[in-house]
Amino acid sequence: MAADLDGGFGAFVRTHADAVYSAALRLSASRADADDLAQETFVRAYRSLRRFDAARVRALEPRAWLLTITVNLWRNGLRDAARRPPRAGGTPAQAVADAAPGPEEAAESSEQARALAALLGELPVHLRGPVVLRHVVGLSYAETAAVLRCPEGTAKANVARGLARLRQMAAAETPAPRAGSARAAARRGVKPRARKESR
Amino acid sequence: MTRAVGRVPDVSGAALRALHTDAPAGFADTVLEHLGLAPGDLFVRVESPAGDLFVAFSDAGINAVWPAALFAGDPARFVARHLEETGRVATAASRPPAGLQSALRTGRGAELRYDLGGLSPFERAVLTKTLEIPAGEVRPYGWVAREIGRPRAMRAVGSALGRNPVPVLIPCHRVVRSDGRVGNYGFGPPMKRTLLHAEGVDVERLERLADDGVRFIGSDRTGVFCVPSCVRARRIARGHEARFRSAGAALGAGYRPCRHCLPVSARDAS
Repeated sequence: MAADLDGGFGAFVRTHADAVYSAALRLSASRADADDLAQETFVRAYRSLRRFDAARVRALEPRAWLLTITVNLWRNGLRDAARRPPRAGGTPAQAVADAAPGPEEAAESSEQARALAALLGELPVHLRGPVVLRHVVGLSYAETAAVLRCPEGTAKANVARGLARLRQMAAAETPAPRAGSARAAARRGVKPRARKESR
Repeated sequence: MTRAVGRVPDVSGAALRALHTDAPAGFADTVLEHLGLAPGDLFVRVESPAGDLFVAFSDAGINAVWPAALFAGDPARFVARHLEETGRVATAASRPPAGLQSALRTGRGAELRYDLGGLSPFERAVLTKTLEIPAGEVRPYGWVAREIGRPRAMRAVGSALGRNPVPVLIPCHRVVRSDGRVGNYGFGPPMKRTLLHAEGVDVERLERLADDGVRFIGSDRTGVFCVPSCVRARRIARGHEARFRSAGAALGAGYRPCRHCLPVSARDAS
């Protein structure tokens, strides 16, 4: 691709589309946002590659580089969203969790996967990134750290914290579909009255 | 007190890995379109009974097939020709589209998905009908014309088949002259004969019948007549074979047309 960007970019997109889309979907927890995020990643990548010289293109670690773009776009989007008034309707996490499975959603056909995806969407942002990159996309800790621009030890610790938090949320999760966030469910689980009843 | 009625999701590396999700179909094309780049195709080189082929495809299906020999096996020359014909840049794929190799092995091209977007409705009708001709059998141009409801468009059928962008897979080699001779082929009659031989068609016998003016073969035991390459005609025992110069002669002798190879249209037969 170093020699012929326009000719080779299609193959480049196809090679990395699944990793970028997976990251975009699990970070944003919304199919509509995932499409935009993944497409925008490749558009930005193309514009950068145009400016890079051949040596720099060859030195790239393409998957990690693309995911860095995805993560930055996602964080910028969250920052912008925080400055705007909140949207009406459900949270994006619920949008993914509740959407009726279509033909392309076979991967999420199982109840388990849908529930886990919803929990992941409620994981705090600083833990969601490390967990998605390490476990959904399958990057190494070193790559995860490089993408998140943090020390490898921090990446490792945040992945571990993220998994621990997910397990905590899963244990507290009640399956009532309109129960709100998992944290709310967790609070319900430790209500004093509930304690008293169980004694 | 809340009670868990559903299953608590299992949080494990494997469960998270299962959330890896393929990009939606057409994702790459959307990105390329957004950037104003020519939508790209992928291509593979695969073996076929008539030598190696270059096969180009996208998410929408297979869109081009070329004999590798035409480019002396050079992928760069194939890519240049493909760009010239379609305006699309093809890049080498790591694996062939699903089902391609088995379709080449069995001759069942109908099991694959094709992208025939650039063709006219008439051309698409011709190619779709041609896909119905089973491996090991042939049909005349007139048969295709009749079956798509354009009985007098035999020449147009011939040229539509000549422009078949996915030869071998859509088996235009199974369409022959009405007198039973093999006839023309986009990449030359020898390749057509090779493909037919590989499928078990006795080309020489069909040509001997053509020399004798025989267009149809019937069985005097069943009273059914067929085109000579029909899988059922091949089962007729030597002593019970009836030969006809026309469908009219067969019908006149009290034979009914075979329901597999449809030697005449259903309307003519009644």
